[in-house]
Amino acid sequence: MTGVLPVTLEKTCKVMDTLLETDKEYVAVMKIHRDVSTEKLNNALAEFQGEIYQVPPARAAVKRRIRIRKIYSIKLLQKKGKYVLFKVHCEAGTYIRKLCVDIGRILGVNSQMVTLRRTRSGVFSEAEAYKPYQVAFAYYMWRERGREDLIRKIVHPVEEALSFLPRIVVKDSAVDPVCHGAYIAVPGVSALSPEIKRGDTVLIQTLKGEAVAIAKANMSTEDIYRRRKGVAANPLKVLMKPGTYSYDTYTEF
Amino acid sequence: MNSLLVKTFYETNPALGKPPEKRGLKELIETGVIPLDKPPSVTSTQVSMWIKKLFSLSKIGHAGTLEF
Repeated sequence: MTGVLPVTLEKTCKVMDTLLETDKEYVAVMKIHRDVSTEKLNNALAEFQGEIYQVPPARAAVKRRIRIRKIYSIKLLQKKGKYVLFKVHCEAGTYIRKLCVDIGRILGVNSQMVTLRRTRSGVFSEAEAYKPYQVAFAYYMWRERGREDLIRKIVHPVEEALSFLPRIVVKDSAVDPVCHGAYIAVPGVSALSPEIKRGDTVLIQTLKGEAVAIAKANMSTEDIYRRRKGVAANPLKVLMKPGTYSYDTYTEF
Repeated sequence: MNSLLVKTFYETNPALGKPPEKRGLKELIETGVIPLDKPPSVTSTQVSMWIKKLFSLSKIGHAGTLEF
């Protein structure tokens, strides 16, 4: 199994659970044990579009009970005899190996997954994913030749990995309290994404675009925008080091 | 970047913090993500541990195992 695997370094490991929740895209090769027509296959794949019920495989690390997962799109790319190449865009936590077996069940034949490649994970697509040898080369150029450009291409800031989240931008003086775990008060909000609903996971950002924390919205965009006080969001995970926007050095602009 | 709704306009003090693209390499690595293209011959854990060792990191993680 190959493809996009976002690797988090140091403090970024804290946001792992948020990155795990992102949608994924795969291409997979499935083997069906009895040949079926392309039309029948297309119809079977179409059945899987939308919400599906899935029991995680026996080898899986999660509890084996029926889970509902969304398949945003599933498309046949090529069929060669008993081998079927297809593309799928799905919700996090969808088991493609299981999906292949289930497609066979709809077709009335036995089937299994042969190969899998993840072509996208959250904001990262395979076009911007690096092979280990490229990482090794970039590291070498940095350490031995003092060239930073390659390593800077490979290591992406956490903000980019989290850019799919709705955001709340807070003013400078509100940053440090959040770093210490304080809630995000409405007066501290400078700007925000238009689509926030109460309970959503949001990214708290500085005016300079730095990630401060991952938080749970306590109000919708409309409420935050209209109200003058109250709790806009509660931090779940603080990313910024306390003291970066220390009150001591803060001067009112 | 998707568009934002401005509630109150504030200036930011240039002396505090810095934009993500201005980060030094050490800082960038400390708050970094590598979108890796995992080859078929190694496990997700193996390739993560290899990066951890290469960069002498104290923590590493990978989002979504690509084993089965």
